[in-house]
Amino acid sequence: MTATTRDPSTTDTRRPIYRRPEILTDRSTHYCPGCGHGIVHRVVAELLDEMALGPRTIGVASVGCSVFAYDYFDIDFVESPHGRAPAVATGVRRVRPDAFVFTYQGDGDLAAIGTAEIVHAAARGERISVIFVNNGIYGMTGGQMAPTTLLGQRTTSSPTGREAGAAGYPLPITEMLAILPGVSYAARGSIADPSAIGKTKAMLRRAFQIQEVGGGLSIVEVLSTCPVGWGMTATASMEHLARDVVKTYPLGVMVDRAATTGG
Amino acid sequence: MTIATDITPPPLRPVLMKGNEAIAEAAIQAGCDAYFGYPITPQAELLEWMARRMPELGRVFIQAESELGAINMALGAAATGARVLVSSSSPGISLMAEAMSYMAGSELPMVLVNVMRAGPGLGGIGPSQADYFQATKGHGHGDYRVPVLAPSSIAEAVDLVATAFEIAERYRTPTMLLADGVMGQAMEPVVPVYRTPERLPDGWQLGGADGRRPRVVSSIHLQPEELEVHNRRLQAKYRTIEEREVRWASERLDDAEIAIVAYGTSARVARTAIERARDHGLKVGLFRPITLWPFPTEALAALATRTRAILVVEMSAGQLVEDVRLAVEGRTPVFLHGRTGGVVPTPGEVVEALRRAWAMTEGHELDGR
Amino acid sequence: MAIATHDVVKTARRIASFEPLDIATDRCKGCELCIGICPKHCLILDDTTVNALGYHPVRLTDAALCTSCALCARICPDVVFAVFARPKEG
Repeated sequence: MTATTRDPSTTDTRRPIYRRPEILTDRSTHYCPGCGHGIVHRVVAELLDEMALGPRTIGVASVGCSVFAYDYFDIDFVESPHGRAPAVATGVRRVRPDAFVFTYQGDGDLAAIGTAEIVHAAARGERISVIFVNNGIYGMTGGQMAPTTLLGQRTTSSPTGREAGAAGYPLPITEMLAILPGVSYAARGSIADPSAIGKTKAMLRRAFQIQEVGGGLSIVEVLSTCPVGWGMTATASMEHLARDVVKTYPLGVMVDRAATTGG
Repeated sequence: MTIATDITPPPLRPVLMKGNEAIAEAAIQAGCDAYFGYPITPQAELLEWMARRMPELGRVFIQAESELGAINMALGAAATGARVLVSSSSPGISLMAEAMSYMAGSELPMVLVNVMRAGPGLGGIGPSQADYFQATKGHGHGDYRVPVLAPSSIAEAVDLVATAFEIAERYRTPTMLLADGVMGQAMEPVVPVYRTPERLPDGWQLGGADGRRPRVVSSIHLQPEELEVHNRRLQAKYRTIEEREVRWASERLDDAEIAIVAYGTSARVARTAIERARDHGLKVGLFRPITLWPFPTEALAALATRTRAILVVEMSAGQLVEDVRLAVEGRTPVFLHGRTGGVVPTPGEVVEALRRAWAMTEGHELDGR
Repeated sequence: MAIATHDVVKTARRIASFEPLDIATDRCKGCELCIGICPKHCLILDDTTVNALGYHPVRLTDAALCTSCALCARICPDVVFAVFARPKEG
């Protein structure tokens, strides 16, 4: 049981304003202090509870810091090799038309090794929701440069700062996917502050709704932080996110094809 | 009106079928729920047959963006308990190594068909048996085994497709059917009698944790001691498969002084060579492994005690021959007749090789090369 | 209008004993995101104690300052906070 500051033996007459989502397991996560994954997990869990999706959900975990995502949600999960989550999700979706299927992928997973899989799942318009957590770094393996690392950003494999000549430009993969007709919804949010988190939750809700009404692929890119990899405090990471990262990766809804077709 | 009640149904007439298509239809009849593939010679017809038939039956067909996509789609579908088939040819199978390791570690059943072509690299589109190591030593990383079934005729392939699904599901393991370009492209009579294996009971399959504990399909165990326990369990499973699922066939071995060991198309060439050799007075028989893993080690070891030589015939530079030597353990000289590049050995060549083996073992102790 | 002394004391006690936050101290990782976001600046890390994860967990300094806005709960990556509003009077 979780230790709290409150004596549970007295009758609680307080009005709940916020409670832990039911579908989150009662365990401490392995994520670093201040890691954005905890916030995204929480928001996803809130939505699964609010939309009563849990009993029908099959999640596809990927490879990255979030490889243990299945330890934190009380739902069925399948582990996918690095980058392959959209293909694994395709297999699940095609044989389980009634399930609610999402992938949970980081930027190294989705935008590097998994580029082919996400492009083709999007091209096929697979009825899955892709939760794309972009913190511009390979966190799990110690903080290497990723396709979404910002120009000039220092990482363990770009120690003098990313230079376009050698390492190319940050990849706007969600914008690239948004042009495909199979993509019903593509949006980018962030977790920099509670207001941004609220907007991101609305994007994820929209994505999940679109899956439920039979739309094509929905993807929500969530700009997130990696305080340890970025070498900043959690608070400074949020400031960096709100001030700097959004210049390369602007927030907003890129496309909502379901809206224009009355979905 | 009288209705006749004593009519014997006519025997099922064989249908001339292309190997690739026969294998596909056998999978369909075995209850395949989902097929994922990618075009590659010489198995494209398998994909095309599935493209037509699976949607007709309301089942799942996807031509994926690559073999990587296909095998990972299979992983996802298999995790829900669906009966899944993937087919490819040698270079595509190399791409699938990663997912095969994951599926072995996650204990997922599925069937992978490799219609072997010549390599290495892009190689050629002629037939080969040079993926023997890949198939039997476990394409990907880590300690795991994959049951490998090797038909030597299209009719046998049809039967072994059902067996492959049975083995895959009975032991929760990816399983391979190893064919070659000759078998894939040839047309032979097939009696349309199929087997549909029973379905597994529910227990581990994903489907949404509605009214039950959530389930996770994964292969990660970060604690070394835990991962070792998991590996021991997998190994125990493989020992069980070795005890129960070995298959081989023998022809004319009762009085054989030389045994040919061959599988697949090479076994058929060997059969003709044996006819001719016997016409010339050489007493030769055929030992034909049907499971390449588990390898029929005991049976071959026993055979080796009463032959003067073993000749391995394969379409490779020498892969099956290594397992033969391991099984024989020096009891008898082992010779190899191997062709590569997509070249199919002729019966004449094999007879020549038999003659050489005969001559070289005339009262001599020889290294079997 | 005169208010009886014992009613004042009872009300004061009820207000003082209201706990707007349940804090899962053993899940806190001391990241301080909540401390920065709290508009009333009533959260600090309790450096008199270390939890099982090895961090100083967050502590509410003064329940009277807390307005139950729940910004702390919305920024916390470890779902440490459950937030409550006062029970309705009467």
